[in-house]
Amino acid sequence: MNGIHDLGGMQGFGPIVREDDEPVFHAEWERHVFAVAMLALGGAGIQVDEMRHAIERMPAADYLTTTYYEHWLHACETLLLEKGVITAGELDRRVADLAKTEGV
Amino acid sequence: MSDGHSHTEPPSTPALRIKALESLLVEKGVVDAGAVDEIIDVFENRIGPRNGAKVVARAWTDPAYKARLLIDGSQAIAELGFTGMQGEDMVVLENTPKVHNVVVCTLCSCYPWPTLGLPPTWYKAAPYRSRVVIEPRKVLAEFGVHVPPDIEVRVWDSNAEIRYMVLPMRPAGTEGWDEDRLAGLVTRDSMIGVGQPKAAA
Repeated sequence: MNGIHDLGGMQGFGPIVREDDEPVFHAEWERHVFAVAMLALGGAGIQVDEMRHAIERMPAADYLTTTYYEHWLHACETLLLEKGVITAGELDRRVADLAKTEGV
Repeated sequence: MSDGHSHTEPPSTPALRIKALESLLVEKGVVDAGAVDEIIDVFENRIGPRNGAKVVARAWTDPAYKARLLIDGSQAIAELGFTGMQGEDMVVLENTPKVHNVVVCTLCSCYPWPTLGLPPTWYKAAPYRSRVVIEPRKVLAEFGVHVPPDIEVRVWDSNAEIRYMVLPMRPAGTEGWDEDRLAGLVTRDSMIGVGQPKAAA
């Protein structure tokens, strides 16, 4: 499917920004998004192609304004909800509970 | 973030959401908490461009290995013990005095994990993915690689299955060097094609 992810040849995205001695991950949450996604692939029977497709289904504006591991997180949530592994209600409740205990 | 969620609440941070998701998945037995730490350790500390550098150094010193590497990349790389996800269908692209190769994944972030580790942020971001296929020489120049007009530039766009790695040219002045010493010259960027190996000191 054509979509915003098909970036080859598009113009206007600005300079390529590089970081010297870049770390593998830039934050603890990125580590966990990566690992949980990898494990969810096996544990919930999610195919790599489904992950990619779930990223490609993101609304274009969201895709362009969020970071790489936010794409992964989005894909992970989307597929786990669609497959019924988790429900939106329990995820929202858990987020709200954690927000209270962690004072976010 | 996902459809079906309330849009009246302020957005929660990714840090909070992944913590919530992980805790739910651990409770449900979908994800093993110990395995999370193990995966993080593997990708953060145990695989990375040092693996690919060993492959390159072997190819520079062993012509028979190089021939195998260019015919069946996955098999030859597995000889050195580097296997796994995102390395199942490896194609190794040889730079020559006439051809310079560079790798991209315009659609996402395909990258040869077993030999190079996880890709740098710029490789996954819109500017590199969009531009390197339409103005590769300009992009390469920004990386400090000035390819003369008489040398062909080939841009390889990764897809769902194939993962590419560049075999850079062996630097001059390294005659007689052993593999370990040679591997020290091989940079991550030289195996993506946006850099050259370090010069012999």
